[in-house]
Amino acid sequence: MVYAVIAAGGIGSRMGNQDKPKQYLHIQHKPIIVHTVEKFFVNAAFQKIIILCPNQWVNYTKEKFAKYLPPSDKVVVIKGGDTRNETIMNAIRYIEETDGLDDETVIVTHDAVRPFVSVRIIDENIAGAQKYGATDTVVPATDTIVESLDGETISAIPDRSKLYQGQTPQAFKAKLLKELYESLTEEEKGILTDACKIFTMKGHPVHLIQGEVHNIKITYPYDLRVAKALLDEELD
Amino acid sequence: MLNTVYRLTQPRKIEIAFTELDLFSSDVIVRPTYLSICHADQRYYQGTRDPKVLAQKLPMALIHEAIGEVVYAPDGSFEVGAKVVMIPNTPVEHDDIIAENYLRSSKFRASGFDGFMQEYVQIPADRLVRLPEGIDPHVAAFTELVSVSVHAISRFDKIAHSRRNIIGVWGDGNLGYMTAVLLRKFFPDTKLYIFGIDEKKMQDFTFADETILTTEIPEGLTVDHAFECVGGNASQIAINQIIDYINPEGTISILGVTEYPVPINTRMILEKGLRMFGTSRSGRVDFLKTVEMYEKYPDIVEYLSHMVGNVVTIRHIKEMGEAFDLDTKKAMGKTIMKWEK
Repeated sequence: MVYAVIAAGGIGSRMGNQDKPKQYLHIQHKPIIVHTVEKFFVNAAFQKIIILCPNQWVNYTKEKFAKYLPPSDKVVVIKGGDTRNETIMNAIRYIEETDGLDDETVIVTHDAVRPFVSVRIIDENIAGAQKYGATDTVVPATDTIVESLDGETISAIPDRSKLYQGQTPQAFKAKLLKELYESLTEEEKGILTDACKIFTMKGHPVHLIQGEVHNIKITYPYDLRVAKALLDEELD
Repeated sequence: MLNTVYRLTQPRKIEIAFTELDLFSSDVIVRPTYLSICHADQRYYQGTRDPKVLAQKLPMALIHEAIGEVVYAPDGSFEVGAKVVMIPNTPVEHDDIIAENYLRSSKFRASGFDGFMQEYVQIPADRLVRLPEGIDPHVAAFTELVSVSVHAISRFDKIAHSRRNIIGVWGDGNLGYMTAVLLRKFFPDTKLYIFGIDEKKMQDFTFADETILTTEIPEGLTVDHAFECVGGNASQIAINQIIDYINPEGTISILGVTEYPVPINTRMILEKGLRMFGTSRSGRVDFLKTVEMYEKYPDIVEYLSHMVGNVVTIRHIKEMGEAFDLDTKKAMGKTIMKWEK
């Protein structure tokens, strides 16, 4: 069975003077998170769509979905964890407690603030996880990436042709992800910035899925303006 | 839901745009799976339409021949996963006499509004027809084109007199081939003569009684009725030749599209008392009939599978352009886009 895991974390402090987490801001008269979830909602591959958000936003999120999505028991909203990986683990625990977990259970994790994700990207992540165990959506890096160990001088300039920018979704065999995560030491967990890193740290290959440049993450006010421009919405 | 649409913004340039699909609408959401390129799409893509028309219609998503899978049907009209063909003609009113494809108010995909080059298509349930189980999707992709022939033959059946010993089909291209395949099934006892200019192409009309080069029509040969499937600049020659070789009171069905007015021998139309009628596009009833024919005569699908030319898998915008370019290089057949975008 395949589950969507939508991570709606963040407190939204980066959205300038907007005080709500950014996934609740509107584009096209709807919260961004609703647009994002709709893409998974119409995809029959998903058994359930599990949305994880900070505890104080759980009811708010449920109310938004009650208003903006047709009634369905496919969408569930639960509390996220302190870190992204803990949030994913909460989703896996939820699956384990409700439907049970087996070797073929796949989760497709996605940022709530990437509403432009396409059906191709989603479907390829599902197929990739089923075949390889783990996938990551990427686009080739366009900017030169510079490494600096001290923050003052360049220590290395990696070959750009080998670099990619990570997007989401990422997809995993849930049981394998859980086992690998639980095998990490607390110190190893502390340096994780990304669920795919759990696989790479343990020497497990992560298959690349080609993303789209327009699969943007709405993080800053600038991104919101880009999203509105993509939708031909009036810029305010 | 945000939906990605791949619009032609100017000749040879396809760009993404986003539209909003309303999940509270009663319309069905379909994921396109196989799309087929038509001459009309190609004229937009290559920019050979009148610049005024281009300026008025673009940006617009191309393609009006496509099949897909139902992903969301709030009214329960289809189950999720149902394989369907999408009807491009979109009527906004009903008329008891005039067919939906002739109503001037009807809209048509990839002509008046976005065609099927989209991530998802939101479409009324009555614009969908369920496909037979296991049908070759490459053939099913151009069902719309087949339905145009079915429409023309159905109208012919109502209009033409009953002596149908010999029917002539002018044109050895896609339209001629398809129309001839269907005529064979509609009128199994009628002799079917194909008139064309390319001997090699006509060798594929294996089911026809005769294939005849238009430059070598035997003396004394006549047909009771005729289908013109030529179009373009050769329309004039074809139509006039038909007028010469058709028996009195015969019916001529015009299917070929031309950009320019065609001078024809009206004196002989009068003298022979001929009937000439045009057909364009098709409606739901024709799609239903076409699918019924697929089910009743599975060999139709086998014959039509010979028309499948290049199959291009589309995962990126540049592959869309490649498919249109490949399509211009083929002598015959249909270019199919396996839609994974």
